[in-house]
Amino acid sequence: MENEVIRETEKFAVEIRMQIIRQLSKLGFGHAGGCLSVADVIASLYGGIMDVDPKDPQKKERDRLVVSKGHAGPALYAALALKGFFPMEWLDTLNRGGTRLPSHCDGNKTPGIDCTTGSLGQGLSLAAGMAYGLKLDSLSNTVYAILGDGECQEGQIWEAALAAPKFGLDNLICFVDYNKIQLDGAVEEVMPLESLFMKLRSFGWHTQQVNGNDPASIFAAVELAKKEAGRPSAILLDTVKGYGCSEIAALGCLSHHMDMPEDLARRCMAELEEQMKQYE
Amino acid sequence: MNRRSGMKIEFAFHNETEAAPLSSAYTDTVAELMESDGDVVSLDADLMKAIKIDRIQERFPGRVLNVGIQEGNMIGMAAGMARVGKKVYAHTFAPFITRRVFDQIFISSAYGRNPIRLYGSDPGICAKFNGGTHTAFEDIAMMRTIPDICLFEVTDSAMFKNLMRATRDENRIIYFRADRAPAVKVYGDSSEFEPGKGVVLKDGGDVTVIACGIMVSEALVAAEKLEKEGISAAVIDMFTIKPIDRELIVEYAQKTGAVVTAENHNINGGLGDAVASVLAEEEPAVMRKLAVRDEFSEVGPMDYLRERFRLNAAGVIAAVKDVLEHK
Repeated sequence: MENEVIRETEKFAVEIRMQIIRQLSKLGFGHAGGCLSVADVIASLYGGIMDVDPKDPQKKERDRLVVSKGHAGPALYAALALKGFFPMEWLDTLNRGGTRLPSHCDGNKTPGIDCTTGSLGQGLSLAAGMAYGLKLDSLSNTVYAILGDGECQEGQIWEAALAAPKFGLDNLICFVDYNKIQLDGAVEEVMPLESLFMKLRSFGWHTQQVNGNDPASIFAAVELAKKEAGRPSAILLDTVKGYGCSEIAALGCLSHHMDMPEDLARRCMAELEEQMKQYE
Repeated sequence: MNRRSGMKIEFAFHNETEAAPLSSAYTDTVAELMESDGDVVSLDADLMKAIKIDRIQERFPGRVLNVGIQEGNMIGMAAGMARVGKKVYAHTFAPFITRRVFDQIFISSAYGRNPIRLYGSDPGICAKFNGGTHTAFEDIAMMRTIPDICLFEVTDSAMFKNLMRATRDENRIIYFRADRAPAVKVYGDSSEFEPGKGVVLKDGGDVTVIACGIMVSEALVAAEKLEKEGISAAVIDMFTIKPIDRELIVEYAQKTGAVVTAENHNINGGLGDAVASVLAEEEPAVMRKLAVRDEFSEVGPMDYLRERFRLNAAGVIAAVKDVLEHK
C-alpha cells in the first residue's frame, strides 16, 4: 500500500477519535475504550479497504461490515459522517431520543450501517450468512466483521467459527479487537481465551495477528487475507483499549462505559490535536 | 361458509388421516418455491432426514444447507442471508427453533429487520417418543411477544402448502408450528387461506369452539357429538394465532355468548390467552381454555399423551359443558 494512503488513513483514525470524543462528551458518557481501540481498523476499512459508496449506501454490489461489538457504534458513526454518509451534525445527537445514532449499531436507522448488532455473540453468524448470500448471488464482494475479544466467550461465536470454514467463506474476513480487557476486568482473568490465534487456526481459519492500532499492518493483513481461497480469514488485532487518549487508556476496564465530563473531553481533544500536527 | 374475500375453503373433513406426512407438505413446497424463486434458501440443523429435505439437496445445489447441531448460528446465518435479500426457510423441532434461539430470533432477525421463515416441527405432544426434553408447550407464548410476527399453527397439508405460497414474499418473521406426522384432513387441496382470518368450519348458536392445529379435528368430532345431545357448537380454525382475527372472535362471542379454546400448548400465553385478551377488551364472554395446565410434558404414544393432557374430543366436550353451565 502506498505511503500516502497509509498516512491519510492514520490521519483519518485520529479524526475518528476526535469525533468519538465529541459524541460521547455531548451526553457525558459512553463506550469510550472499545470505540477508541477500533478506530484504526474502522479508518482502514473506510479509508481504502472497503468498496462502499456514501452516495449509494445500499447498492447491492458493495462490501459489508458487521460490527458485532455493536457498542463501537460511535467509532463507526464518526467514520461514516466524515466520509459523507450523513451530516456531521448528526454526531451531536448520539443516544438522544429519536436519534438515528443509537449507542449500538442499527442497520435500519443509520445510513451506511450494514447490520444491526449489540447483543454480543451474534454478529459472526450474521456476517457468515451475508457472505454465503453474496456467494449465491455470484458477487465478489467481501463481508468484514469486527468482534470484541470478550465477545468470543459467547458460544455462538464458535458455532459460526465452525460453520464459516465448512461453507468455504473466503469472502469473509473477521477482525477481533484484541484489547484484552472486558467490562469486568482482564479477559484472561474473567474467562481466558488464549490462544485465540491457535483456536481459530485449528477451526480452519486463515489466521493472522497484527498491531491493530497501525493501519499499515491492517492493510497488509487484509491484502494477505484476500489471497486466501476456500476458507475465511481471521485477523487478530492487538489493540489498546482507549488507544489515542492516554487518560482513557490508563483506566483499563473502567473505560468500557465511562463518564466523559467536559474537562476530560478537552484534555483528550488536546492530545488528539497534538497527534494531528504530524499530518499537517 | 366464509364470507371473507381472500379465502376459498373446501371442507373435506371425514376424520381421516392423510396419506403423506405433514412435513412433506413443507418439503415439497420449499422445492416448489425454489423452482420459481432463486432467492429461496433452506436451512436445517441436523434434522434434514427427519423431514426428508435432504432429497431435494441435489436439485438445488448450495440452497439446501445443513448447519449441523447449532441452532443459534442457523438463525444468525439465516438472518444474515435475509439481510442480503434471501428468502430463508429454517427448520428444526419446535423447542429448538423457538425456546433455544429466542434471542437470536428476536435480535438478529426481528429487531434487525431480517425476516426469516421458521418451521417448528412436532410441537407440544407431537414430540411423542422424544418426550419432555423435546416438547414445546410454550413456543406460541414466546413467539407471540415478538412485534410484527406472523404465527401459524398448521392444520393439514393443504393449509401448509397454501400458507407457504401465500407468504413467500412476506417481509416479516413467519413461524409455522406443525406436526411432522400425517394430519387429519380437514381441507380440500384447492382451499385458499387468508393469513389473519379464522375459518368457520361449522356454525352453531350455543357455544364457539376456537381451535388450532391437532385440536381442530378433535373439535369437529366433539361438535358432532354435542349436536346429538342438542348442543349447537360453532367450530373455528384459528390457524393464525398472530395477528389474531379479532373481528371473528367478537362476532362469535356475541352470537353464542360462550367460548372454548382448544390447543396443544401450555395454558399460559397460547391461543387461549390470545382469544381471552380480545374478549376482555372488546366482548367479555364466559370462556374456558382447554390446554396443558402448566405442566411439563412426558414421553409416550400420541393416544396416551392426548388422554394424559385431555387434548381430545372428550376434553373439548367437557370444556363445552363446563362453560355452558356458567353461561
